[in-house]
Formats: sequence, structure tokens, C-alpha cells
Amino acid sequence: MDWIVQASTFAADVDFAINVIYVLVGFWFFLTFGIFLWLVIAHRAKPGQKAEYLTGDEREPKKFISRAHMLVLVCDVAIVVAAVQVWVQVKQTLPTAPETQTVRIVSQQWAWSFVHPGADGQLDTADDIKTVDELHIELDRPYIYELTSRDVLHDFSVPAFRLKQDSIPGRVITGWFQATVAGIHEIQCAEMCGIGHGLMPGKVVVETPEEHAAWMQSKSGGAMLASASR
Amino acid sequence: MATAEVTHDSHDDHGHHEDEGFIKKYLWSTDHKMIAMQYLVTGIAMAIIGGFFAYVFRMQLAFPGVEVPLFGIVSPAQYNSLVTNHGTIMIFWVAMPVLIAAFGNFLIPLMIGCDDMVFPKINRLSYQIFLLSAIVLVGSFFVEGGGFGGAWTAYPPLSAVSEYNLTPMGATLWVVAVALEFIAFLLGGINFITTAMNSRAPGMRLYDIPMTVWMIVVASILFMASVGPLIAGAIMLIFDQTLNTGFFDPNKGGDPVLWQHLFWFFGHPEVYVVLLPALGFTADIITTFSRKPLFAYRTVLYTVFGTGILSFTVWAHHQFISGIDPRMAHIFTITTLLISVPIAEMMFVYIATLYKGSITLTTPMLWGLAFIGEFLIGGVTGIFLGASGPDIFFHDTYFVLAHFHYTFFPIAIIGSFAGLTYWWPKMTGKMMNETLGKIHFWGTIISFNVIFLPLFVLGQLGQHRRIYSYEGFGELMREDVLLGMGMQDLRVLATVALLIMIGFQVVFFLNVFLTLRKKAYDAGPNPYNANTLEWLAPSPPGHGNFAELPTVYRGAYEFSHPDRELDYWPQWEKD
Repeated sequence: MDWIVQASTFAADVDFAINVIYVLVGFWFFLTFGIFLWLVIAHRAKPGQKAEYLTGDEREPKKFISRAHMLVLVCDVAIVVAAVQVWVQVKQTLPTAPETQTVRIVSQQWAWSFVHPGADGQLDTADDIKTVDELHIELDRPYIYELTSRDVLHDFSVPAFRLKQDSIPGRVITGWFQATVAGIHEIQCAEMCGIGHGLMPGKVVVETPEEHAAWMQSKSGGAMLASASR
Repeated sequence: MATAEVTHDSHDDHGHHEDEGFIKKYLWSTDHKMIAMQYLVTGIAMAIIGGFFAYVFRMQLAFPGVEVPLFGIVSPAQYNSLVTNHGTIMIFWVAMPVLIAAFGNFLIPLMIGCDDMVFPKINRLSYQIFLLSAIVLVGSFFVEGGGFGGAWTAYPPLSAVSEYNLTPMGATLWVVAVALEFIAFLLGGINFITTAMNSRAPGMRLYDIPMTVWMIVVASILFMASVGPLIAGAIMLIFDQTLNTGFFDPNKGGDPVLWQHLFWFFGHPEVYVVLLPALGFTADIITTFSRKPLFAYRTVLYTVFGTGILSFTVWAHHQFISGIDPRMAHIFTITTLLISVPIAEMMFVYIATLYKGSITLTTPMLWGLAFIGEFLIGGVTGIFLGASGPDIFFHDTYFVLAHFHYTFFPIAIIGSFAGLTYWWPKMTGKMMNETLGKIHFWGTIISFNVIFLPLFVLGQLGQHRRIYSYEGFGELMREDVLLGMGMQDLRVLATVALLIMIGFQVVFFLNVFLTLRKKAYDAGPNPYNANTLEWLAPSPPGHGNFAELPTVYRGAYEFSHPDRELDYWPQWEKD
């Protein structure tokens, strides 16, 4: 099921792990719920008929419970494998390809500031491009982000990328993404950050290399330095 | 020690004479049943406040910017405060006092066959501190800057620094209220554990104790073992707020993530603290109304202990994306999924209890069954969130919100109604009206599902929590996402269902009111032909509970025994 667009290289993998859970958990849910409803309907009180005295210490009926919960354990193992695999991919690996770019993301009450490398491809040089609430990236190019916060906890969440990471003041957290669908994808803050928490939408603008170059061109010369605060 | 000190000494008849004075009888009582009523009434009053908050913010979400009747226009600051305090109230001032304190106080002495709690004065103090905590919390809504709005999890630095949260008084009062509430429940827990372990009727072995009592005892132990770190954390937070210390402030060498560990080390076992009493009520109710012994009593008990211990090892699944070492996520994914085994076992055992039963669908039975059905949804949706990879997407979305409402609503609301309707005859001596009870049940259950099922869909579509208005997000205003409805339509649907659910609560209060009339149908001591000791005491039980303290001869769930004509075999009957 793709409920929302899969706009990063790992989006489909996250969705796959989710779907594994949907299938396994759905099976157990409908089975258990079905048996539950059937028992309630089938064993309604009938006049003159006593319930059966089953304490649950009998071996035969107990088998159903113990075998079922072994099967639950097997499903758990499958889910752990699926979850861990995608977690390692998203959170514990960083791209090493030479074209990888680094961007800096700074959260604050209540805005996102982004620092993009300029034409030299390096951060902290004179041609860095700073923006507010708009991150411009190139399609199909791996990016490493360095995420930090100026004040309280925020969370950089791009649902279309299946990416989410808290930002913490005093700490720089790195992660990565690689966009696969051009266009605008929304950023939501996913950690309560004060009065303006609901009012800090940002955008990731995914551009083709040509569009991105044109955008860099329009920003060059340090014409637009983002103001730090609103 | 075990002798109760009781302020009511003159009457067994429960005519509400004023001879002791209002304050002494209703506010200064040491009788466990009166303290239970105090907790119950305070809990219901807080539930009305928490429910009103839900109504206000749901109206804002469905109709952004509209003037909400009885409230007015909702500002972003008010919105944050409403969601924060809705969560805080429903967990700490509704689920805890009603499920543990009210039912624990009322039921433990009655179910184990003694005349009062072991420490009646500590019990009284427990309620008084609880009442104080409720007053502090409600007071915090009216101070300068308004109530705290930094989410019920109160993550610093937002909660610690008033320049960030802009509620200097509200934030401090919120933490103080929560800390006081913890002290109240520590005092209550001492009583529950000690009484259940030491004051049981002669003959009542550990395996004869009714599940409700066991569950409240285990819940109290879990609470005691988990709350210490959070009380320490709360004091550190108060110091950060008022004395400018920097426990959680990175600029002063502190660490904001430390709070999250302290909070969730408590916060996750807390889920089980409130879950267990509701599971206990359900065990007592489904056995009575299916006339079956509880399937595998000992297994249930061991499962409860196992769940309790495991619940201390899963806390960081709330923090997968909070900046903890990503390798830690593997450990917490494994422990979290492991806990699905005992919980699934518990569900299976309860369902197996129904097998070959003789089921009557009374109102309390419907609530008990609904608990099983709805909690099942809450349980299975938790797997998505306990698995690290999928949680990258789901964390902090409405999927999480829908998931924990499918656990907390069955626990706090369905569990409370199950307990109330089941033990109402014992509490008041009067039977509730079954027709009104069933109207209330179906009205509540159907509207509950209509509120929260759409929220799973919104979460799956990437909608995050605690956002004042979604109008600024194009991706969250999509049309035609489910059965022709757009995302905003789903929000409206949830809000309308909430209004309907609130409306149906009138039926419950009407039912309560009707039972308090003289001519309501008298319950007698044992209206359900149940086995546990509370059904030996008169309804309502007078001072000292039992005319003569009972002796116990068998387990709590001897229904439909083959050697016996009757389909029940009370614990107190010799043969």
C-alpha cells in the first residue's frame, strides 16, 4: 500500500516493513477477533444447559493457547528482522558516493533554516546558500544532513521521504536521504516545540540538476542571507 | 495493625445522617468505601473536564478558527494547553484514581474479606493529597500565561525554560501537581499491597485471590518501582524552572534526553499500571457472565508478573528517533515485540474462558467483552510502533494517537464502565436499568470507533500530532482518501462522533440518577450469583463490611462445577 508518495530511496523499504506488519498482525487480529465473536455468539446461555467446567489446566485445551503463542513469537521474529533491516539502512548507514552533498538544518522556534553548499560543494565557505523554511535539493543525489536546534527540541519530518529525526540543542545529528520524486514535499515539525509548533511548515524542493543549478545561480552572491529569527 | 480505625461508628444502615457533620463524613473519612467514593467522584469530575478539553480541540481541528460553543475562539497557546492537559488529566486524574484508587479501595477489603484497609489514615491522607494535586492542576489553567502547553510528556528544554514555553506559572504548577499525584498513589499503593497480602480472610490462599485484587496489587508494585526516577526527574525539572539549575539544559551541561529516559522508564510501566486493573475487572466479569472458571488462572497470574517485569525493559521505544544511539533501537525493538507474547497470551486466555460457557450479555458483560475486542485493536497497532524501522514513519503521527486511544479508552473508559456497572449494585444496593445501560453501551462503543478509526488513516497519510491547524499543509488537506472523504472530512467525522459519544453519556448519568431513587430495584447481596467475597456482604456494605468475617474454602472462579447442582460455588460456602 502506498498511502502517500514514496519520494526517497528508502521510502519503499520503510513501507515494505510496515506492510509485513500489516499482513502478520492483520492475520492474528482477524483470527482472534473472529474466534472471539464466534464464541460469544455460539455459547449464549440456553435454558437448562450448564457451562462446561474447564479450568484451563487440562492439557488438551491448553495446547491451543501455548501453540498459538509460539506462533506469535515466530511472527515477532519476522517483524524484528524487517524492522531492523530498514532501520539500519535509514539510521545507521551514511552514503559514501562522491557526489554526496551535505546540508545543515537548524530548527528554532518556529522556523527551519537551511544551509546549502554553494557551487564549491562545501559548507562553511563564502558561497553557502542560506534559506528559511525551504530546503532545495537535487533529484537522485544523496544528501547527508547535519541537524541541530537553537532552542528546544524539534523534529525534522518529511512524510514523503519516510524520514524523521528529532533535533536537539547542543547536539548535531547526522542522517541522510536521497530524493526520487521531483517537486515539493512538506516538512512537519514532529516534536512539540511551543506555541508555534503547529505553524512551522517547511518545504523540501526537489529539483532536477538543471533547475537546481538555476536556483543556485539566482541565490549566488550572497544576495539572500536568511534572517536568523522571526 | 489490621484493626480498622473507623470514624463512622454508629450506623450500618447507610441512611445519610448528618450526625457526624458533612466534613467528617465525606471529607475526613477513613472508611475505605467512602475514600473509594471520594476518588470516584473526583475522577469523574476530572473526566468531565478532560472530556470538555477534547471537545474544544476536536472542534478546532474540524472547524479551524470557529468560535467553539462554551469556549470561544481557540488560540494556538490554548490549543497546546488543551491537548497537554487532556492527556495529563485522563491518565493521572481519571484512569489512576478511578481504576486503581476507587475500585482498589472499594474492592480489596471486600474481595479478600476484611473490614478495612490496613492503614486507614494513610489512606485518608492519600486522597487528600490527590485532591490537592487536582486543585493545583485545575488552578494552573487560570494563572498568568495559562496552563502548561508543552505536551503531557513535558520534554525539556521547552518545559524547563519559561522563555520557550511562555507559561512560567502553568509549567511549574503542572509538574508540582503531577509530583503530588504520584505521592498520593504511592500512599495508596502501600495500602493495597499490604492489605491484600496481610488481611485476607482465613483460608484464602494466594491462588484464591480474585484477579481484580491481584491485578491492582501488581499494578501498585509496578507503579512503586517505576515512579521513583520520574519523581526525581520532576524535582530536577522544578529546579530547572525555578532555581535556574541546568539538569536538562545543554547550555549548562545538562541533557534534555535524560528527561525522556526518566519519563518513559515510568511512562511505559504506567500503561500496565492502568491496564491491569481493567484486565482484572474483565476477568471477574466474563467468568461471572459466562459461568466458567477463569481459563488457566495460574497462567494468567504468571503472565501478569512477566508482563510487569518486561514492561521495565521497553521504554526507549518511545525514543527511537529522539537522538539516542541508533543501535539501542534494536534492543528495544526486541524487548517490545517480546511483550506481545504475554499480552497475546492474556487475550487468548480471556477468549478461551468464553469457550463452552453459558453467556448472558448483560451490560457489564458487554463492557467486559468490548474491552477485549477494542484492546485487541490497541494491542496489534502497537506492533507497528514498537518496530524501529516502521516507527521512523509512524512516530508522532495520528497513527500513534489512534493506537494509544485504542489502549487507553478501553482501559480508562470501557474498564471503568465495566467495573461501575458490575459493582454498582454492591456500591448502592440498587440494580441499574439494563435497557438504558445497553443504549449507553452501544452509543459509546460505536461512536468511539468512529472517532478513532479515521485517525489511523490520517496517521498513515502522514498527519502529525499536536498541530493546531492543518490548513497550512497541502499534503494534509487531500481530497478523496477514504470512501470518497477527504482528510478534512475525516477530521469532521471524528469530531461529530465525539459529540455523539459525549451526548450518550447523558444516558449513563440518567441511569445513575434513576438507581438512586427509593423505588429502584433492590439488588440484594448477590444479584449475579457470583463467587467472590464482596457478594457475601450486604449491598451496600455497612460499617465493617461483613456481619461476620468470612472464611474461604475455594478459589474465586468455581462456576459450573460438575459436582454441584448450582452453577456457582461461592468462596465462603463450606460445601
